[in-house]
Amino acid sequence: MSAPLLEVRGLSKRFRGLQAVDGVSFAVPRGGIVALIGPNGAGKTTTFNLIAGVIAPDSGSVLLDGVDITGLRPDQACHAGIGRTFQLVRPFGALSVLENVMVGALRATADMRVARDAACAILERLGLVDKAEAPAKSLTLPERKRLETARALATRPKILLLDEVMAGLRPTEIDQMVAAFAALARETGIAILLTEHVMRAVMALSHHIVVLHHGQKICEGTPEQVTRDPQVLECYFGHAPVAGN
Amino acid sequence: MRGVPLLGLSPRVAAALGLFVLVMLALPFFANDYIVSVLVVVLFAAYFGQSWNIVTGFAGQLSLGHALYVGLGAYTSAALFVHFGVPPWLGMPAGMAVAAIAGTLIAALSFRFRVGGVYFALLTIAFAEFVRILFGHFKWVGATEGLFLPVANLAHQDLLRLRGSPRMFYYFLLALTLGALGLSHLLLNRRIGYYWQAIREDEEAAQALGINVFRCKVLAMALSAALTALGGGFLAFYDNNLYPDTVFAIGRSVEIITAPIIGGLGTLFGPILGAFLLTTLGETMTSLTSGVEINGLKQWLYGAALLAIVALQPAGIWPWLRRLIGLETRR
Amino acid sequence: MLYLNITVAGLLTGLVYGLMALGLSVIFGVIRVVNFAHGEMMVVAMYATYLASTVTGLDPLVVLAPVTLLLFLLGYALQRVLINRYIARPEHEQFLLLLALATIITASLLMGFGPDARNVQLDYAYDSYQIGGLLLDKVRVIAAAGAALGAAALWAFFRFTRTGKAIRACADNQIGAQVVGLDVKRLYAITFGLGAACVGAAGALMLLLVDVEPYIATDYTLLAFIIVILGGLGSMPGALLGGVLVGVSEALSGFVIEPSFKSAFSFALLILVLLVRPQGLLGRA
Repeated sequence: MSAPLLEVRGLSKRFRGLQAVDGVSFAVPRGGIVALIGPNGAGKTTTFNLIAGVIAPDSGSVLLDGVDITGLRPDQACHAGIGRTFQLVRPFGALSVLENVMVGALRATADMRVARDAACAILERLGLVDKAEAPAKSLTLPERKRLETARALATRPKILLLDEVMAGLRPTEIDQMVAAFAALARETGIAILLTEHVMRAVMALSHHIVVLHHGQKICEGTPEQVTRDPQVLECYFGHAPVAGN
Repeated sequence: MRGVPLLGLSPRVAAALGLFVLVMLALPFFANDYIVSVLVVVLFAAYFGQSWNIVTGFAGQLSLGHALYVGLGAYTSAALFVHFGVPPWLGMPAGMAVAAIAGTLIAALSFRFRVGGVYFALLTIAFAEFVRILFGHFKWVGATEGLFLPVANLAHQDLLRLRGSPRMFYYFLLALTLGALGLSHLLLNRRIGYYWQAIREDEEAAQALGINVFRCKVLAMALSAALTALGGGFLAFYDNNLYPDTVFAIGRSVEIITAPIIGGLGTLFGPILGAFLLTTLGETMTSLTSGVEINGLKQWLYGAALLAIVALQPAGIWPWLRRLIGLETRR
Repeated sequence: MLYLNITVAGLLTGLVYGLMALGLSVIFGVIRVVNFAHGEMMVVAMYATYLASTVTGLDPLVVLAPVTLLLFLLGYALQRVLINRYIARPEHEQFLLLLALATIITASLLMGFGPDARNVQLDYAYDSYQIGGLLLDKVRVIAAAGAALGAAALWAFFRFTRTGKAIRACADNQIGAQVVGLDVKRLYAITFGLGAACVGAAGALMLLLVDVEPYIATDYTLLAFIIVILGGLGSMPGALLGGVLVGVSEALSGFVIEPSFKSAFSFALLILVLLVRPQGLLGRA
């Protein structure tokens, strides 16, 4: 068994008296799809920001492909192979959809033609190709979420961090996205780490689930194992009827 | 919709641009001295606006102190000429270097300490004003008494030492403006142009896509400062006299940025269009009010026109005009 | 002793600067718009005081109240009619809008009063108080006291009144304020009115100390910028502290080095503060 692609070890971050993330460890294997779930305020987005370099951890480390990337700036983390989306989508509104994705593609090449072709291929995969010339600000929310993913994917990451890309989508749209991501991981070998409230997507997509609560990991395992864990049922599923959407 | 792109421009834009260049080349043969001198003012405004547009229009960092770079370019080349006889073709690159260093320092200091947005804008004013006052006490360049270049012999065009008639400057400035247009077009269609625009739209998202935001912003400022200083060099040799209170004036900074905003910030043709509109507007106001002895009437009308533009077309005239005449172009 | 006298004089003038800058700070702190026409509003207040005082023969301190009210109304109307529409627009469009307004204001004053400097004649202009070795100009003491009172009144308004509290809620969280049913547009207009009222009072007080001419508006705008950035944009005590700092630094550098260098010192101070503490001396990070 080879070493995991992404390894998070004892990650901790404190904000003014609040322990947002508390000694969290988990791993994502190559080509694997891992979901990070937990109630609101569990520390999912903070964990993402720690991995992507938006904030530096108080302690702990992040290893990508055996390289320590702890405390790198976001742009350096991106060059190391982290591609991330934002929970609140942040398209470059005045640029066209194609140009948005080209900005990502230009990480790997300075050749505009190569970047354009790469961006087009990704738009094709995510079903945005007929919107290529439209300004990004004219997209609907589901389209913006897909654009967000396309842009991150264009940087040719080793692992994709997806922060609630299914929120606000209709069930049929969710099924399409799930299929697209499953195919992506299968065909390209890119690993995916996602946070998601939409359990339908989490269960269908992930090979492995990590459950956070109050900044701590309370459980991890396959979807079947996690859903049977009494602690999880208590803290998570007990509160809100999220399953099934 | 789109035909075969020519240098990345649609045929209609390329044709319009070609026509514009031809008209501008031919104009001095038909126009009188007054018109030529007004056009020189237009071209200065267009060129400075284009230079400023790089840092603010493309990269989204609002600089309100670009008079600083005009002044550094003007004073460097003029002082080298007056004191050491250094020809402007060497003095102006020196001025560009000085301005680039100043721009790099200001940008690096600001962005390193995460001074952004409004604070950055006000900091650029502070630096410009600070240097203005310093130059007012800088005896080597004449302090507040001013620095003077030997008066030109208008009958004789000395291309090497930039002594000549307004018509000579007209052609130099036309070349500068078209050069800046070409450069802007090139930059916008390269990686750096994409990166600048990404930073302008959303800095954090840009950084997540692997863009070294700090380096890109500093580069935009350095380049913008150097180009502005080149214009400053020509201004020195055109005006023949330099006073800190006019060269570095905050009013000049404001003038520099008004044309591109009116024309359309961040667009390729906005700064040029804005320069034509504003200078024409100013001249019209002057001639309209020339018979009337009322203090401030001209400024009042000018302000009212600005207000009308910002109320009706806040994004600028060019984006509106482009839609109106159905030109298809990238931004 | 001489230095102490100069320092105290600078401090007193600085309080009036502080009140003027307070207006800018309040407007930015709540509405997030930089009032590039701030100095022009200041000059409007000075001319209004000049006009009212010379026409009626009343002391500028008496006409201060109506001038303050006038500026409040002007500010309120301006925000209601024009600026509210630009709150969500990019900074450069706001800049152009306020630049156009500033140009129109200065031009109107030029048309009305001409380019020459004007002032009010006061029979107590050269009176002074002596405290030990300290010699204080009466007008300067009055102006400073007035400025301190004005600032205190504004503080009390934000601290104790319903509207003041609502405006503070608005500044903290605009969307939240809308959710609980506050009329944000109206609160913004009141805020701009209050900012203008600060300038109104400061302008009336300033006329006790200096002449007024249309073109000094830009200097006041720059001065207000320096002060609020020094103190921290959006911070009320910061504006007063910044005003006092600039007042003292101007007075001392004008005396020790030479008058033309005085604003260079303020700018140097500003650059220093921005680079060491970008949020300003009393600003929140």
